[in-house]
Amino acid sequence: MTAHSSAPVIEVRNVRKTYGEKVAVDDVSFAMPPDAILGLLGPNGAGKTSLIRMITTITAPDSGTIYFSGAPLSGYHPTQIGYLPEERGLYKSMYVGEQLLYLGQLKGMSARDAEDRAREWLAKFELGGHWKKKVEELSKGMQQQVQFIATVLHDPKLLILDEPFSGLDPVNANRMRAEILRLHAQGTAVIFSTHRMEQVEELCEYIVLIDQGRNILQGKVREIRREFNEHRYRITYAGQLPPAVGQHHHLLNPTVSTVDIKLQPGEDSNDLLRSLLNLGVQIQGFQELLPSLNEIFIKRVTRLDQSTPEEALMATPSSAHANR
Amino acid sequence: MSNLWLVIRREYLTRVRRRSFILATLLTPIGLALFVVIANAVFSYENDDVKRIAVIDDGNLFNGALPDENGLYFRFVDQPLDELREHPEEDRDFSGILVVPEVVNPRNRNFRVQLFSDETLSIDAQSRIKRRVEDALREYKIEALEIDQNTLASLDTDVDISVRSLTATAEGESDDRSMAAAIGAGIGTVMGFLMYISVFVYGMMVMRSVMEEKTNRIVEVVISSVRPFTLLLGKIIGVGALGLTQVLAWMIMIPGLLFLVGLFFGLDAEPSQMPNSPDIDPEEMQSMVAKLAGGLTDLNWWLILPCFILYFLGGYFMYAALFAAVGSAMGDDMGESQTLTIPITIPVILAFYIMMAAIQNPNSSLAVWSSIFPLFAPIVMPARLAFDPPLWQVAISLVVVFLFAALMVWMASRIYRIGILNYGKKSSLKDMGRWITAKY
Repeated sequence: MTAHSSAPVIEVRNVRKTYGEKVAVDDVSFAMPPDAILGLLGPNGAGKTSLIRMITTITAPDSGTIYFSGAPLSGYHPTQIGYLPEERGLYKSMYVGEQLLYLGQLKGMSARDAEDRAREWLAKFELGGHWKKKVEELSKGMQQQVQFIATVLHDPKLLILDEPFSGLDPVNANRMRAEILRLHAQGTAVIFSTHRMEQVEELCEYIVLIDQGRNILQGKVREIRREFNEHRYRITYAGQLPPAVGQHHHLLNPTVSTVDIKLQPGEDSNDLLRSLLNLGVQIQGFQELLPSLNEIFIKRVTRLDQSTPEEALMATPSSAHANR
Repeated sequence: MSNLWLVIRREYLTRVRRRSFILATLLTPIGLALFVVIANAVFSYENDDVKRIAVIDDGNLFNGALPDENGLYFRFVDQPLDELREHPEEDRDFSGILVVPEVVNPRNRNFRVQLFSDETLSIDAQSRIKRRVEDALREYKIEALEIDQNTLASLDTDVDISVRSLTATAEGESDDRSMAAAIGAGIGTVMGFLMYISVFVYGMMVMRSVMEEKTNRIVEVVISSVRPFTLLLGKIIGVGALGLTQVLAWMIMIPGLLFLVGLFFGLDAEPSQMPNSPDIDPEEMQSMVAKLAGGLTDLNWWLILPCFILYFLGGYFMYAALFAAVGSAMGDDMGESQTLTIPITIPVILAFYIMMAAIQNPNSSLAVWSSIFPLFAPIVMPARLAFDPPLWQVAISLVVVFLFAALMVWMASRIYRIGILNYGKKSSLKDMGRWITAKY
């Protein structure tokens, strides 16, 4: 079915989607990079879910095209996609096994295939004995695992996970993260949508940042962070910081043993280091600070939309953290 | 397997094995049978409160013949009243004394008998005694006034209106249409009522099914594999099959159970068991049964049954689709459903009342027009079928019903595809109207 084996699994070209007056997705284009987990980022209401619903063929774009492995999306492609929506759930009064069979068959599997695979997956998650249990009898964590199994049961070529870790306890979150990485290593393309930046940095090598329906930033995580480099350095020192340092440099986030300094125009890291030594600072550590995705995110989002910085902040509860 | 079939199968199987469904299917006929048994037991309740009545028949009105019945035992005594009353309480072998005086003037329209008793006599027992005396007096007066029994009998005339079809007689058919009208009304009511109930019960079931998927948040997972239209159609067909299963089970179980009940409890509807019921001439009864059977076979079942099934399907699809649309627009709070379901329940209830009126006047313009109006037709027209409506009316009505049902399913699917993804708040009718034309 693949038109070109080299074509990206998903390519979105100039896609636009409106709901009445509201423009949900406005001229978004991007392509899944090969061998990378794609992070689809944006504050709540940015248009992530609208975009995902078009990729999963739940809705259709007003204009623009989405290509799956080089071919425009068609009714066949849902069987190739595993979708874990943000708003998700299961039939409460259906048996676990029966439910997986049903959802697997809807994805085009034969009943026998679906059953074999479902049993394998349940065994892997230590849920083998729950085939004949109703979903409502399972614990919340178990239900989430069953939900995940339902998403990957049919060996999708593309896995779309919308806020997959929301509401998960740490044990389940780790288990799911491990499974996502394992599937990815086996060649499954993964789109990971979230507003939680620390998760993106853990999982994704490539991001697409969406705000107000527009694709405002995309690229490799490392390159983006470099691009947004503000030339800040963190100095770890012993004893007291000589007061003269403050007169020569712009000090940020001072603590008892560290201080961040932003380079002045024309200055490089060696100049800064030399100046500090001359001022008598007892340096124990010297480290370049790259902006976290969270900082970039807030910066880009607030710059484009001055009216809602709080909203963007609220959408990113994680605190800024330094380059590791 | 096609996705439509998978959806139908899931909808059907998960419901058919549900405990509440099995209980409702089994208990309804059992409850009905139980009701019949109890009702019958109440009516044919043998009075175990035995009353022995001593009768002093001074005028020999009864000719010494007063048969016992149902807890009432009569004994004629020659002793005068005073002597009987002086009997010590211990060795009295009667609980009351009936004193029937001599008839002085047969033309007198009042007659007083006396009943002495220390116990209160039930109204039923009193009225039975009264009736006995009245019957005996009547016999006595006929004789005393020398009235010919036959002359008297000929005063009562049984007037029977024989309604005949204008066209049918021309064709040489001799059908008694008065019975047909009664049968038509009976069958029409049953059919209209069945439609009314099933539209509500199974339509609501479809609505709940839609709401369940929406509040469980499974729907987005499902429609990433199945088109919303397929899901909706599968739901309607699956629940419809369930409804058909239940109705069929009842159609087999109810007559079967009633037959069994009749066998075990001997409910052969003997009129004598019914107190105060006028005696029905067994011959008349037999001719009634024959007429009824004749009337039933005379009905055009080849038209009625297929049409009934067609209307059932059309009506069910139409209303189930509407209920599904409403279900998809509902918020997470199930209690809010009222305001949105009312616009659907009103036409159903109106149709039910029109159906009742249509049975009285099956060819009135109200009946004719409402059997062409699509929202009423599935309930009104089945009720008219037994009255031989003109075929062109049936044809037009069926075409309208099916076109409208298709339109409703299409419209519902337009609302549904947007409604199911609109989490949180309940949507308004205005929103739903907008969704019909919105692109998605």
